[in-house]
Amino acid sequence: MKPLLRIVDLHKSFGTLEVLAGISIDVARGEKLSIIGPSGSGKTTLLRCINYLEKPTAGHIYVDDKLIGEKQVNGKFVHLSDRELAKERAEIGFVFQRFNLFPHLTALDNVSVAPRRVLGLEKRDAEERALAMLEKVGLAHKAGEYPERLSGGQQQRVAIARVLVMQPKLILLDEATSALDPELIGEVLKVIRELAEEGRTMIMVTHEIPFAEEISDRVIFMDDGKIVEEGPPHEIFSNPTHERTRVFLRQIIDR
Amino acid sequence: MIDFLRGYEDYLGGWLWEMGIASLATLQLMFVSFWLACAIGMVAALIPMARIKSLNLLVKLYIGFFRGVPVLVILYWIYFALPEMGYEVLVVSSYTAAILGLGIHGGAFLAEIFRSGIESLHKGQMEAALSLGMTPAKAMAYIVLPQAIRVVLPPIANFAVGLLKETALCSIIAAPELMLRAKDLASSSFLPMHAFVMAAVFYYIMSFPLMRAVEYLEVKMGKGLRTG
Repeated sequence: MKPLLRIVDLHKSFGTLEVLAGISIDVARGEKLSIIGPSGSGKTTLLRCINYLEKPTAGHIYVDDKLIGEKQVNGKFVHLSDRELAKERAEIGFVFQRFNLFPHLTALDNVSVAPRRVLGLEKRDAEERALAMLEKVGLAHKAGEYPERLSGGQQQRVAIARVLVMQPKLILLDEATSALDPELIGEVLKVIRELAEEGRTMIMVTHEIPFAEEISDRVIFMDDGKIVEEGPPHEIFSNPTHERTRVFLRQIIDR
Repeated sequence: MIDFLRGYEDYLGGWLWEMGIASLATLQLMFVSFWLACAIGMVAALIPMARIKSLNLLVKLYIGFFRGVPVLVILYWIYFALPEMGYEVLVVSSYTAAILGLGIHGGAFLAEIFRSGIESLHKGQMEAALSLGMTPAKAMAYIVLPQAIRVVLPPIANFAVGLLKETALCSIIAAPELMLRAKDLASSSFLPMHAFVMAAVFYYIMSFPLMRAVEYLEVKMGKGLRTG
């Protein structure tokens, strides 16, 4: 079967600092992929490149065989216009570490703004869909609240609803729970677990090792902008082949 | 003091009326030039975001120049200098010249305020909007600007207070407004002190609600609106 996401030899440098040094990954439809690694290893940058919040320095990304962020004109790769890029991004959901809810909008408007302004739905249809998504993350009763009146866990759940309402092909989660107080992590993981069970294609950057082990089909360990090793979660977590992976996991678990 | 107040005896009724009318003209001058400044300022703040180099440079020159030159000089320029230099198309009434001068000068000032407001927002707001499939223009219109406006409301109201007082400068080019009327009344009555004290009272009455608005906005906008 063709992969949903194909990343081919991706490089990203900020000035002289090489953050991604040739990453190639295929992700199958419905696959749950977790990316772990020390901070500065390039995990977040990789995720941000996938929906072109960062422009890769070299390499290509395909979703459903379609190039992301660029197109080929006479055999040459050229960057997409803002409008073309926006269209592609609408199909890729991104959950931010710090939620990034829109503070001037209620929870309901946070979720309905994209269906209205991007998909062009009528206000009523968009709100109906948004409310259904808030219901799904257990926050229909908070629809009228502004983000600052919500806990971190609730904010992140609204952010997930905001992504789901666009019915993305692929969901990227960038350390979705690491900005949360410990007692709030569970409610967000529960929502993510439900998404996984629905068979959605997800790529998570995470430090939640037990959770990653439970829900992922595959785990990638990154260091220094490269993939050090990858495999099924039980192999990576209980029997890693590389010393670096072992050291990293020990540090995380001893925390 | 009593002697001073006596000076108003013969004039009070007529002056109140005339200065009242002139105050309306001052308010009108302020409002029109305020909106012109807002429009110019907004355009000048947004252009650099489109990343077009030549336009960008133009905006930089505009802001740099007009922020560094007194509004009085600009009023002279528009009203006296440009027509004299042979640009006859540019001959305008003193009232239009006043609006243009205040608007163009204020626009440079507001551009900086708008820009700082937009930049004060966490870049995560723009990124979240983009990641949902909005174009940069839509993200600006629906997500960034509505928040930036709240941030910049207090400094904008502050600007409005300053603008109200700057309209007095327009009396120099004989634009019809309060200060010009006060000068007229001062010279016709030979009571300059009396006329200008009264003008000051009128200016104060007009700017007082604006100053209160600034205080109110600073408190109101100061709280809340945290980005998560």
